[in-house]
Amino acid sequence: MKPLLTVDDLKVSFPTRTGLIEAVRGVSFTLGRERLGIVGESGSGKSQTGRAIMGLTPAHAQVTAKTLSFEGIDLLSASPRVRRDLRGKRIAMILQDPKYSLNPVMSIGRQIVETLKRHESVSRSEARERALDMLAAVQIRDPKRVYDLYPHEVSGGMGQRAMIAMMLVAGPELLIADEPTSALDVTVQLEVLSILDKLVADRGMGLIFVSHDLRLVSSFCDRVIVMYAGKIVEELAASDLANARHPYTQGLLNCMPAIGSDRHPLPVLDRKPEWAL
Amino acid sequence: MTTATVTVENLVVTYDEFKALDDVSIDVAPGESFGLVGESGSGKSTLLRAVAGLAPVTSGKIRVHDRVLTGNRRDKAFYRDVQMVFQDPYGSLHPRQTIDRQLLEPLAIHGVADGERRILKALDEVGLGSGFRFRYPHQLSGGQRQRIAIARALILEPSILLLDEPTSALDASVQAEVLNLLEQVRRDRKLTFIMVSHDLGVVTHMCDRLAVMQNGRVVERLSSADLVAGRIGEEYTRNLMIASKGFQRKGAAA
Repeated sequence: MKPLLTVDDLKVSFPTRTGLIEAVRGVSFTLGRERLGIVGESGSGKSQTGRAIMGLTPAHAQVTAKTLSFEGIDLLSASPRVRRDLRGKRIAMILQDPKYSLNPVMSIGRQIVETLKRHESVSRSEARERALDMLAAVQIRDPKRVYDLYPHEVSGGMGQRAMIAMMLVAGPELLIADEPTSALDVTVQLEVLSILDKLVADRGMGLIFVSHDLRLVSSFCDRVIVMYAGKIVEELAASDLANARHPYTQGLLNCMPAIGSDRHPLPVLDRKPEWAL
Repeated sequence: MTTATVTVENLVVTYDEFKALDDVSIDVAPGESFGLVGESGSGKSTLLRAVAGLAPVTSGKIRVHDRVLTGNRRDKAFYRDVQMVFQDPYGSLHPRQTIDRQLLEPLAIHGVADGERRILKALDEVGLGSGFRFRYPHQLSGGQRQRIAIARALILEPSILLLDEPTSALDASVQAEVLNLLEQVRRDRKLTFIMVSHDLGVVTHMCDRLAVMQNGRVVERLSSADLVAGRIGEEYTRNLMIASKGFQRKGAAA
């Protein structure tokens, strides 16, 4: 089977006054129509990996790779026009906090229609119909009412569902979710995740799920990549997590206080300099 | 019987028409670590803020060390005894002041003399050397900033610490370090903690007893041991418990 996305030796670096900051230092993986999790702490380069695939790296940064291709399209040499057409239509991204990622002066319905109109020539009434269908698909109970609401008028969970609706309305083949539930309450998190899970499964999309929560990612994805200091330290099947070999992965797993485990003090990560080599 | 360090009786807090807290009572024993759990908007942070005098109390009683507190007025002696650590270390430290100056501020307010020694001791206690003393907050990581916020709260040697989601802005690995630090200082100084968190794992790890809140009311009070053993009375608590176990695909859970 031909992979959907091929990433080989991806590097992202930012020139600064104090020298070159290498955020991503040689990341390689392939993705089929599956759920892949990328886990790591702040600054491990997990978000920058997602952004480089999406083409959202700031202009002053340097992105290099031996291969970065999506369905046979070389993303690095593609013209801005080609990338604009891909973005939203075939590759979509869900961001962390709906408070900041939705346009505050545009109603939710209009934002969904905007995505649709950018990529397809549809009539106004058809666009509205499809936006309403999409809102219903993310289990918003009264789509007609929510269509005309502004982002500040809805809760965080509702906003994130609207965000998912906006991203999926054009029917992308690859979805990058960057901490899609970190800003939400625990109870709402599960609802949003199960909606996302169902839609991804029904539509046969590839999913890259970026998060710092190793347990959450492993319960949601088929395969997990663990990143540290811009590199992949371990790649393993989610079901195989208990057999993680790298001390960093084990550390991430162990440091969470869990209900029923009485460990005082909690084990902390003992970061070894050789991990970052 | 007034053995409790902090007692809240029938507390009501209203913002305009909205009742943020509705008839809430808790009592916290000396040296105890008490947890408040609930989702956003359940009033758990408001309860903490009401104790600190940061929320408009409409009716009810708050008592700390047998002193009844009325309204929002708190005297200096109160703040010397009760200190608070906030959720977001990015927002609770002054961006243009050095760590030294921020730690000096509470000492200056309360007229404490040996500032030099206390600052060095406080930094040492939270595991940051004196090398951090003249840095600015932007030169520190999130975990280090939260350590500074804890140092600032501890520098007056209070007996009660109010913790409002002290680790939810931090990475899981850094969270473990900060939780260990909090447990350490509680043991060393025999502090009383009231800790707010939405994470049941964190609360059962840190606290002996907890209250579950929903829509401005306490729906259940139980001990961490009960929670762990699954002796739960309320449906809502059970839902929180299930949610904290993580995502499970429907049908896959057999």
